[in-house]
Amino acid sequence: MSALGNIIFKELKELMTPATFLPIIIMAIVFGSMGNTIGGIEDELQEPPTIALINIDNGEFSKIAVDVFNNTANVTFYSQNTADKQQAINVLKEKEGQALLIINQNFSENIEKGETGVFEIYWIMQGAGILDSISSSVVEGLINTVNTNITMQLIQNGNGSVNTTNALNPTGRNETTYFKDKELTGISPSQIANVLSQQSTFIPIIMMIIIIMAGQIVISSMALEKENKTLETLLTLPVKRSSIVAGKIIAAAIVGLILAVIYMMGMGVYLSSFQFQGAAGGAAAFDLTLSGTDMILVGVVVFVSLVAALAFCMLLGTMAKNFKSAQTLTFPVAILVLIPMFITMFKDFDTLPLALKAVLFGIPFSHPMMAPRALLFDDYLMVFSGIIYVAIFALIMIAIVVWVFKTDKIVTGSTSFKWMNRFKK
Amino acid sequence: MVAVQVKDLVKYYGEVKAVKGIKFNIEKGEIFGLIGPNGAGKTTTLRILSTLLTLTSGNVKILGFDLEKKPEEVRKIISYLPEDAGAYKNLTGKAYLEFIANFFDPSEIKKFVTRGIEIADLGERINSKVETYSKGMKRRLLVGRALMTSPKLAILDEPTSGLDVVNAHEIRNIVKKTAEEGTTVLLSSHNMLEVEYMCDRIALINKGLIVEEGKPKDLMKKYKASNIEEVFTKVVKQ
Repeated sequence: MSALGNIIFKELKELMTPATFLPIIIMAIVFGSMGNTIGGIEDELQEPPTIALINIDNGEFSKIAVDVFNNTANVTFYSQNTADKQQAINVLKEKEGQALLIINQNFSENIEKGETGVFEIYWIMQGAGILDSISSSVVEGLINTVNTNITMQLIQNGNGSVNTTNALNPTGRNETTYFKDKELTGISPSQIANVLSQQSTFIPIIMMIIIIMAGQIVISSMALEKENKTLETLLTLPVKRSSIVAGKIIAAAIVGLILAVIYMMGMGVYLSSFQFQGAAGGAAAFDLTLSGTDMILVGVVVFVSLVAALAFCMLLGTMAKNFKSAQTLTFPVAILVLIPMFITMFKDFDTLPLALKAVLFGIPFSHPMMAPRALLFDDYLMVFSGIIYVAIFALIMIAIVVWVFKTDKIVTGSTSFKWMNRFKK
Repeated sequence: MVAVQVKDLVKYYGEVKAVKGIKFNIEKGEIFGLIGPNGAGKTTTLRILSTLLTLTSGNVKILGFDLEKKPEEVRKIISYLPEDAGAYKNLTGKAYLEFIANFFDPSEIKKFVTRGIEIADLGERINSKVETYSKGMKRRLLVGRALMTSPKLAILDEPTSGLDVVNAHEIRNIVKKTAEEGTTVLLSSHNMLEVEYMCDRIALINKGLIVEEGKPKDLMKKYKASNIEEVFTKVVKQ
């Protein structure tokens, strides 16, 4: 073999390890799954939306609207009496429908007079993720079709004397949105999604940064102790194993939080340039802001999750043989953070299939990403159960790490366990 | 008075038997050497006595404390210097000694650090970062760290490993002086001449078993050898 070939062969042998390929393979799988999910949006757009309709107008324009809705939507409830409003909403909630549309008595008359005909719309919002607002967009599309058809009819009726401003915008709307037991008057699902978009993107990203950064610090710290041969000395000093574990976790948490604050300052300015204008004001106007108690609860969730993450990283760190192997060990943490980050960005917990709900709840790093939205809609059960679960997870992790510190494994670097040996046999 | 009592000590690493039932005693203030080739079980024995590894079976008592039952008490009275030990690179030599001293009696921290600096004898370089130290300087710092607290038992694994003649000689003298001051020393070494010079008694260990034990002079006489190296060769060949 030539000298060049010899070097290439050696380099390839060193580089082509599972550690090189595994991250890329898993990322490819994650992106593939996301592609499938996003592909499902097209199917959702094709499906007729489920709506309820109350029409108490007998004019020609309401007839146009009813025809459009009947032909292009799945009208699950129809009535000509406004007293049936609550019944219609109940049916919609039961059938996971999108909206109740009420065509008021003087709808057609107003349009004929050159005024706007008003739709009263009651939206049933299932979730506030990016993908959750797709169904309401389909209903918005139907209303646009109604508008176009009414415009065409007005042009036909007008014989060239049509008020173009009114003809192009024949209808208006009064909206109320029902979301997680809250009734939000004067706001549509897309506006709520806009208001919540700051959280649904910003908080998961911040949590991802904190956990990955602090986790890397802990794993690297353990790896460096081993690589620099300082761990053996530390373990023979009169200090409790639990103090060593706690010391490393607390220090990493402090540094991780400082790094996150620095990162957030830059990231905040960057992301704010993309935010929905007036989102903060809008949030306050619709009572979509966190109270002081809620903020404390978010802090508690973040704290217990960070401790859980660091304890988990510490456990991984005990397996690190050197600094290089530590870099590979951060990968499982990154994956466990990325999965809830993407899921919570695109879908609301409530609108997920049961299996995905279980996965999301089971990953302790999901909870700080889900807590703010849950608190906005008073879902305290979700937040408290999350805190309890993550705290138990953290305690179990810490207990395992302290146990590992008391065994030979921390010194010998052996990652095999007796039960595993039996299994191998 | 017996400072260290080792009875039928056995250590397995999975299927591998590293130590196969050794026993020895070390008297208080004695320098006891564990001599043997690579893989004989020296480091494993020292790691067990320093509470780093658990024993598979047998019994070890250090100044009356049962190693298995009271490891925390044992750690208060011992000091362990691993063969390839390191120090925190970002700390200065002095800061490293202070960091270690903080784990001991708070009222004696200053005294321990002063003694550590004295033993390390690095001059002004004690205030330099450890990452700038040569191998010899680092080893001197670590010996200073190991002996600054005047431990009841100092466990030194190859204390002069990788050092030049001058540095090795100075460290041997420091260890001898520490023993004279009352510290019991258990050390391991490949260097038979070093052992002959330093140790009051030695145990020859081979393939996890102690094959001979005694005072260097007595062993040389017994095997009609001119040095310990020769004794060891004869014992292993038997």
